[in-house]
Amino acid sequence: MKPVIGLEVHVELKTKSKMFCGCSADYFGQKPNTHTCPVCLGLPGALPIPNKTAVEWCVILGMALNCNIPLFSKFDRKNYFYPDLSKGYQISQYDEPFCLAGNIKLNTGKTIGITRVHMEEDTGKLIHGNVDGEEVTLIDFNRSGVPLIEIVTEPDFDNAKDVVDYLKKLQQIVRYLEISNADMEKGDMRLEPNISLRIPGQTDLPNYKVEVKNINSFRFVEKAIDFEIKRQTEILEKKATPLQETRGWNEAKQKTVSQRVKEEASDYRYFPDPDIPPIRWSRDQLAELKKQIPELPIAKKGRFISEFQISEYDSEILTRAIESADYFEEAVRIGKDHNVSPKSLANYIINKKINLENTLPAELIKAIISTSSYATIDNDKISKVVGEVLAQSPQATNDYKAGKTQALQFLIGKTMSILKQKIDTRIIIEEINKQLK
Amino acid sequence: MNYSAYSIKGLRDGFKKRQFSSEWVVKDCLSDIKDNKLNAFITVCEKEALEKAKEADKKIKDGVDLPLLGIPISIKDIYLTKGIRTTAASKVLDNYIPQYSATVVEKLEDAGAIIIGKTNCDAWAHGSSGENSDYGSTENPYLEGYVPGGSSSGSAVSVADNMCFASMGTDTGGSIRLPASFCNVVGLKPTYGRVSRYGIIAMASSLDSIGHFTRYVEESALILSITAGRDMNDATTTNEKVDDYESYLRKDIKGVKIGLPKEYFTEGLDRKIKEGIEKEVKSLEKRGAKIEIISLPNTKHANACYYIIQPAEVSSNLGRYDGIRYGNGRDLFGEEAKRRIMLGTYVLSSGYYDAYYKKAMQARTLIKKDFDDAFKEVDVIITPVSPTLPWKLGEKTSDPLAMYLSDIYTVTANLAGIPGLSVPIGLIDDLPVGMQILGPHFSEGRLFQVGQAVEDSGL
Repeated sequence: MKPVIGLEVHVELKTKSKMFCGCSADYFGQKPNTHTCPVCLGLPGALPIPNKTAVEWCVILGMALNCNIPLFSKFDRKNYFYPDLSKGYQISQYDEPFCLAGNIKLNTGKTIGITRVHMEEDTGKLIHGNVDGEEVTLIDFNRSGVPLIEIVTEPDFDNAKDVVDYLKKLQQIVRYLEISNADMEKGDMRLEPNISLRIPGQTDLPNYKVEVKNINSFRFVEKAIDFEIKRQTEILEKKATPLQETRGWNEAKQKTVSQRVKEEASDYRYFPDPDIPPIRWSRDQLAELKKQIPELPIAKKGRFISEFQISEYDSEILTRAIESADYFEEAVRIGKDHNVSPKSLANYIINKKINLENTLPAELIKAIISTSSYATIDNDKISKVVGEVLAQSPQATNDYKAGKTQALQFLIGKTMSILKQKIDTRIIIEEINKQLK
Repeated sequence: MNYSAYSIKGLRDGFKKRQFSSEWVVKDCLSDIKDNKLNAFITVCEKEALEKAKEADKKIKDGVDLPLLGIPISIKDIYLTKGIRTTAASKVLDNYIPQYSATVVEKLEDAGAIIIGKTNCDAWAHGSSGENSDYGSTENPYLEGYVPGGSSSGSAVSVADNMCFASMGTDTGGSIRLPASFCNVVGLKPTYGRVSRYGIIAMASSLDSIGHFTRYVEESALILSITAGRDMNDATTTNEKVDDYESYLRKDIKGVKIGLPKEYFTEGLDRKIKEGIEKEVKSLEKRGAKIEIISLPNTKHANACYYIIQPAEVSSNLGRYDGIRYGNGRDLFGEEAKRRIMLGTYVLSSGYYDAYYKKAMQARTLIKKDFDDAFKEVDVIITPVSPTLPWKLGEKTSDPLAMYLSDIYTVTANLAGIPGLSVPIGLIDDLPVGMQILGPHFSEGRLFQVGQAVEDSGL
C-alpha cells in the first residue's frame, strides 16, 4: 500500500500590525485582550483595512516558492460560527488566491507541487479554566486578526521523511525572507498533514482522507505520519475503509486520536468580501516585489560551493540559516586580507561550533590567526614527521603507551623541533595517538 | 419662541448676531421631541445636547466659525456614537453602548453639530415602512395612521416635523430616498465610496450608502461637504476629490440633459405621481433643460438581483451578533432579520451559489452598464421614488413581498453605486411625494443643481 500525503501549513507573519487593523501583531505572552480594537473584536460597524506589508510578503513567499502570481486577486469571507471568531466569518481567500502552482524541490530530487499560497487572518484563542470554582471558557482576542499565510501542497508525498524535508525547506525559505520566525513551539508555523493510502493497483486518489492536527514539531510530524500509515494499513488490510476524520497527535501516548469525524464537507458560504476592494497588480509592481527576494538557500548553497570551493556538506550547513550564511560571507571577506581561506573558515565555524551571536566575524579571524600562525601545515607532513619521531624514540613511545604522560611531552617537543614550525599541539597529539593505535 | 422656520444658515446668522443662542434652539428642539407622538427617536440625548449647546455658545462668543456650530441634528440609531446607546432598533443591541464613534459622527461633531438624539428605524435597516422596529413604528407627520417610509423613518420624521435641522440616515435600497419622499424632505444617497461607512452597523456592505435628510437642497449640499471624503478606516472610500457642492447651487439649468427612463413610468406607478413628475419635468424644460426618453433595459432584473445580494451580505454581517462579546442573544432577532439570514444563507450555499449569488452579481454588472450607457447621452435621470403614495400602517406588514416592491425604483442606484437625490414635489391626497434625480458616480453637485431647480419651480 502506498501512502498519499498532502500538507497544509499555516505561517504567522511577523508584521508589526495585524492583518486588518493597527493593533500590534506581537501577541505572544501578552496579557489577554490587550492587543485589540473594534476591528479585531468584531464590534458593530468596524471595517477591515488590509495590511499592505502582509499582502506583499504573501506574494514574495509565493514567488520564492515558484508560484504564478495572478494579476487579479481578492479576499473572501469564510462564514462559520465559533466563539473565537469575532465576526462570524474569517477573511480568507477562496477561488482567486495571491499565488498558484508553485513547488519545492527535495533533497532526493523529487519535486513537491504547491497548489496555492493564500492570505488570511488568525482567530482568537479559547482558554479553558476555572474561575471562582466554576469551569469556564475564556476568550483571548490578542491573536484575532494576526496575518496568516496558508501553503497547500498537492498530495505528492509518499513518506514521512520527505514531508520533514519539505517542511525544513519551507521553514528555511520563510526565515530567509524574514517574514516569520516560523517557530513551531510558539505556533508561528502550524502543520496539518492529510494522509491516506492507495491499495495495490489503485491509481486514483483514495476515497477518504485523515487530517492530523496539534503537531508542533518536525519530529512529531514524522511520528504522526508513520503512526497513521501503520494504523490505516491495518484497517485496509481488513478490507475496511478508514474513517474520514480529523485526528490529533498525542505525544504522551505516541499515537493519533480521533477529534472530529467529518460527515460531509462544511459549507462555509464563501463570497467576495465587499469591504475590501479586489487587488489588481501591475507587472511593474510584481517586478518590484520580485527584486525584494534575497538569494534563496538553494542558490546560496550552490554559489558558496563554486565561489569559495567549500564542500557541499559545509555549504549545506552554512546556508541552513541566513544568519550563519551571512556570517560566513562576512568572515570570508575579512579573512581575504589575512590569508585565511574560506575552506578553513568553514571548517572552523562548523567544527568549533562558534557562537555566532557572541563572536564578530573580525574577532573570529583574529582568533584563527593567533592560534594558527602555525595552522597551515599539511597533514601528510605531520604524519611523516610523527612517524619518524616514534621510530627514533622507542623508549619514550613505550613509556607513553604505558601511560606515562611526561613521555608525550618529549615526543611533541621532538616533532616540533623537526618541523621547525609552531603547530597546534592538539594536532600532533591526535596524530601520535592515531599512529599508536 | 420656535426656531423651526429658520434654515441652518438662518440659525448661524442668528447665533452670530446674538439674536438667540444654540442653547435656546436645542431646548426648543428637545421640547418638540418631548411633545411629539410620532415615535421618531429611540434615545434622546438631552443632557449631552444641552452641554454641547452651552459649549457651542461659548465658541460662538469666542468667534469660532464652524459650518454646523450649535446646530442640532439627529442620527439614525445605526450609527455608532461613543458612550451613547446604539441599538439598530433591535433588542439584540438593547443595552449596547459603543466604545467608538462612526467617522461621520466625528466629522459632524468636528463641524460643530450637536447630536440631539438617535432616531428610530426599521431594525437593522430592514424595511421600507418604519414599522419593523423593536421600539415601535414611527408615524407619518402628514397624515395620521400612515407610514413615514423606511428604513430611516425616524430620521425623515425628525427633520419633517422640526425636531432638528438635519438627520443622518443610511440607504441600502432606498432607505433614505423613500422616507424623504414620504415625509416631504430632501434625501440624499451619495455615490458608494463617497462617504465613510466606518462605525455604521452594516446591513449589506456593497450597497450601504451613508446619506442624510435636510429640508432644503442647499443644506443637503452643506452636509455632504462635511461627510464626504476618503477615510483610512474604510477601504471602499475613494481618493476622488470632494467637489465644491455649493458652486452648483443656483446655477442655471439651461442645456442640462435630463433622461426619463421609460421602464420607470410603466404600469404599477400611481397615475397621480406620474402626473406630478411630468409637471416638474415640463417646468425644467421651460427653463432650458433638454428632455429625452431613454431606456434602462435591465431594470426589470433589479429587484430580484437586489433581494439576492442584499440578504447574502446581511446573513454574513449579522453573524457577529452572537451575544458573546456584547449585546443580547440571537433569540432576540426579529422575523425580518431571520428571513433575510435564511434567504442569504440559502443563496450562498454551495450548489446554489452559482444559480443565485453569482447570477445576481452578473445581473448587477448589466444594470451598472445600463446606467453607464445612459449617462453617455444625458446628464441626469429623473424617476419616481416610490410607485405608490405612503400606505397605511399595518397595510403591508404581513406581506413581505409587497413591501419589497416599494423599493423597485430605488434599488437600482444602490446596485450601480450611483448617487440619487429625492426632492419633494408636493402633496397628493394630503400625502407628500418626492421625485428622484440620479446621476453618474460622483455627480452629487449636478444633482443639487437640478434638485434646487425643482425646489424653486414654484409648483
